[in-house]
Amino acid sequence: MNELDKLQAALRDTTPAPNADAKAEALRLAAENFAHLQESAPDARPISKAPQKGSIWKGITSMFNRANLRPALYATSCLVVAGAIFTNYQPIQDGLPTLQDAEPITSAEVAQAPEPAVLAERAEGDAVANRLPQQAEEEAPQVPSSTSKAANAAPLGALNSQPQAKPAPRKKRAMNQSLDLESSGIAQLESSGIVAPLSHQDDAIVAPQPNDDQFASAPENAVKVTAQDPVSTFSIDVDTASYAYVRSTLLNGGQLRPDAVRVEEMVNYFTYDYAAPAKNADTPFTTQISVTQTPWNPDTQLVQIGIQGEKPAVENRPPLNLVFLIDTSGSMQNANKLPLLKQSLSLMLGELHPTDQVAIVTYAGSAGTVLEPTNASETATILAALDALNAGGSTAGGAGLRAAYALADQMRADGEISRVLLATDGDFNVGINNPDDMKSFIEKNRNSGTYLSVLGFGRGNYRDDMMQTLAQNGNGTAAYIDALAEAQKTLVDQLAGALFPIANDVKIQVEFNPSVVAEYRLIGYETRALNREDFNNDKVDAGEIGAGHQVTALYEITPVGSPAIRNDPLRYAADAAPSDATEIGSFKLRYKSPGATESQLITTPITPFETPTDAGFAAAIAGFGQLLKGSDYTKDYSFDDAITLATQTKGADPFGYRAEAIRLMKLAKLRK
Amino acid sequence: METSDENLVTLAQAGDAAAFSALVSRHYDLIHRIGYRILGSQVEAQDMAQDLCLSLATKIKNFRAESKFTTWLYRVAINAARDRLRKRSTRRKISENWGDYETNSRAADAKNRAQLDWLNQAMKTLPDDLRETVALVLGEELTHDATANALNISPGTVSWRMSEVKKHLRALAQSEELIR
Repeated sequence: MNELDKLQAALRDTTPAPNADAKAEALRLAAENFAHLQESAPDARPISKAPQKGSIWKGITSMFNRANLRPALYATSCLVVAGAIFTNYQPIQDGLPTLQDAEPITSAEVAQAPEPAVLAERAEGDAVANRLPQQAEEEAPQVPSSTSKAANAAPLGALNSQPQAKPAPRKKRAMNQSLDLESSGIAQLESSGIVAPLSHQDDAIVAPQPNDDQFASAPENAVKVTAQDPVSTFSIDVDTASYAYVRSTLLNGGQLRPDAVRVEEMVNYFTYDYAAPAKNADTPFTTQISVTQTPWNPDTQLVQIGIQGEKPAVENRPPLNLVFLIDTSGSMQNANKLPLLKQSLSLMLGELHPTDQVAIVTYAGSAGTVLEPTNASETATILAALDALNAGGSTAGGAGLRAAYALADQMRADGEISRVLLATDGDFNVGINNPDDMKSFIEKNRNSGTYLSVLGFGRGNYRDDMMQTLAQNGNGTAAYIDALAEAQKTLVDQLAGALFPIANDVKIQVEFNPSVVAEYRLIGYETRALNREDFNNDKVDAGEIGAGHQVTALYEITPVGSPAIRNDPLRYAADAAPSDATEIGSFKLRYKSPGATESQLITTPITPFETPTDAGFAAAIAGFGQLLKGSDYTKDYSFDDAITLATQTKGADPFGYRAEAIRLMKLAKLRK
Repeated sequence: METSDENLVTLAQAGDAAAFSALVSRHYDLIHRIGYRILGSQVEAQDMAQDLCLSLATKIKNFRAESKFTTWLYRVAINAARDRLRKRSTRRKISENWGDYETNSRAADAKNRAQLDWLNQAMKTLPDDLRETVALVLGEELTHDATANALNISPGTVSWRMSEVKKHLRALAQSEELIR
C-alpha cells in the first residue's frame, strides 16, 4: 500500500461521524437564523448588494463612501443595519459568536471583550489528556465568561425558550458601534481593526503557523588569531535545556531553528569518563584536558577541557528548602506542560529526605501560596497540593518570584540550602516581561543566598531567552523537560547536582601560545562569553557547579603552519618570538566556594600530550550540534560522519543517553 | 429525483427557508469532515460547522452560479477552518495543530487506535496547505482540477503538493523505524 492510500484509508476509517445532537442543533440554528434574515430582509437590503466576496460592512463602507449621502440618512440607516445584524445573531445571544467569519458584529464583540474569549478558547481547546471533551465542556463555565461552548453545554432548552434573552446590551453595543462609525469615519474603523476582518474573506491567504519559541543566542564564535587575541574567557554552563529542546523538535517533526541549538549545552548533556576528585582534595573538582584530532578538519585539533565536580555523600547532605514556583497560566494546560510537571515533581519527592521542606507557590493572574512549608515526609499532603493545581489565567511571573523568594527566606535556617525551583513554559507576560528587568530583579535576590533553578516545559511559546536569563543570573541551572524520562534524569538521577552547589561563579580563561597555536575557536558558549578583565573581577557573575556536575568545553585550534589557517599573517606585525615551548596554552579557572566572596585560582598548562579522556563522543556531539546550527567551520562533515564517530565512541552508555543521541542524528539526517 | 444543489441555492437565495434547510442538512457532514480533517478535533469541527451553518444564511447570497455549489462550499469551509487555525495560533500559540488529545481519547476502539495515532502523527507533520489539499484530494476524493478550483490554485500546484505529501509521509515512515 503506498503512503497516500494509507493516509486515505486512515482518514476514511477514523474521521468520526458528526454528533447527531450537535448537527441537529446547528441545523436548527441555521434555519432560525435564515428565518430572521428573511423577516428583516427589507431593512437588510444593503447586505445582498454587497460584493460577492464582501460582507455586511463592505456594504456599509461603500454606502458611506458615497459623497452625496445626506447625514440624516447616514445616521438612520446605520441604526437599521445594526438592528438587522443584531437580529441575525439572536439565537446565539449567550455565547460570544466566533471570530472567524469576519462578520463585523463578531469582531466588535470580541474587541470589547477579548480576554474572556481567550480564556474560553483555552479552556475548550486545550483539553488535557485523558479527559473527555464533555468533561472539559462542563468545566468551561468556571471560566469567567460564557462562550458558545459554554452555551452549548447549558441546556439547549434555555436557548429555545428564551430566544430574546438579554438582547439589550448587545443591541446597545452594536448601535454604539454604528454611531462611532458615523462620527469618526471609516478610516478610523479600519485602523481600529473593526473593518479589517474583511481581508479574512474567502480568498484569504493562510498565515504560516508561527513558532513563537524565543531563544537566547548569539552569533557563532569566530576564529581568533592567537597573536592578536590570545585570551579566551567564558563562564561555565551546565545547562542542558538546548539538547532536550532539539530532541523534542526532532522527534516531533518540527523545523529546528539554528538559534535553538547551543552546542555547549548539547555537549554538556552527556557525562564523560572524567576522574573524580580524590577524597579531601584541595579543590572540589578535577580538571582534565585532552588534545585530539578534529573530526571535521584534518588540519586542526580539538582541545577538550573537562571538569568533574565532587560528589558529596548524599546521606550527609544538609537539609534542603525547596520552593516550587509553578506557572499555572492558561498556556500550561497541555499534556506536555502542567500534567508532565506534576508527574516530574512527584518523581522528585521520592528523592528528598524527611528533613527537607517543600513549599509550593503558583502564579497565574495573581500569585498565591498553595502549600505552606511542609516536611518532605508528608508526601500525601504535598501530592494532594500538586494534584489540585489547575491551569488558567495569564502569568504574573514577577509577583510569583517575589512570593517564592519571600517564602524561601522564611524557611531558611543555618546550614540549610534554599532553592527556588521555577517550572514554567517561560511565558512571563504580566509584570516583568523584559529579560533585562527580570535580570536585575533576580540579581538583587541572588545575594540573599537562595538559588534559582528553572525547568522549562512545552513548546509554542517557550521563552528560552527568559529561562536562560533567570537561571544564569539566579545561580541556577536551566533544564528543559520534554518527557518523563528527562524529568527522571534531571530531578532524580542528577538531583544532587541540580540542588547542591559546590562551586560558584566558575570562570575559565585560556591563554593560547601564539608560537604553537595560530588560531583558535571556542565551540559554543556564545551566550556565556566574558570580557578578559572579568576573569579577575569577583563581582562578575558566572556559572555554578553542582555536586557531581561535569562541565565540558571544546576549543578547535589550528597549529602554526597548518594549511587550515584562515587569516593571513599581518605584514607589519612583530614576528612572534621563536620559542621551543610546546605548551599549547595555559588554562586558568576561578571559582568561589559556596558562601565565599573571594575566588580561588587554579592554573594548569595545556600540553599536546594530554591523554584522551572519552574525547570522541564529545567531538561527535559538537559536530552534530554545529551541523544543526549550520556552522561554517564543519566543512564537509556530515551527519553520517557524526553517526559513525558517535557509534564508535559510545562506550558502555548505561542509561542509553548516547544511543538516543545517535538516533537523533539519524533523524536529523532524514529531515535534512 | 433529488433537487440539485444549484436549484436549492436559487430557491434559498429567493428566501425559501425549506430549500435552505435542505441544503444545509445535506452538506453539514461535508463541512464537519473538512473541519475535522483540517483542525484535527471533533469538538472544534463541531463548533466550526455550527458557526458556518449560521453564517451560511447570509453567505449563501454571495454564491454565484459560476461554480458548483460544493466547490464554493469547500472553499468557504476551508476558509472557516483556516480562520480557526489562525485564531488558535494567535490566541493559544500552539504550534501543534492537528489532533488534540481529546480526539485520541474519544475516538477509536482498539482496532482503530493505531491507525488514528499514525494519522495524528502524519497530519501533524504536514504544513497547513498540504493538509488542506489532503483533506480534499484524499478525504473528499476530488480530482486535482476540482481541488485546484476549491483552493483557488492551479492544478499543477495540487499535484506538486501531493508529491510533497508523499515525501513527508516517507520521512515519517523512516523516522518511525528509527524511533522504534
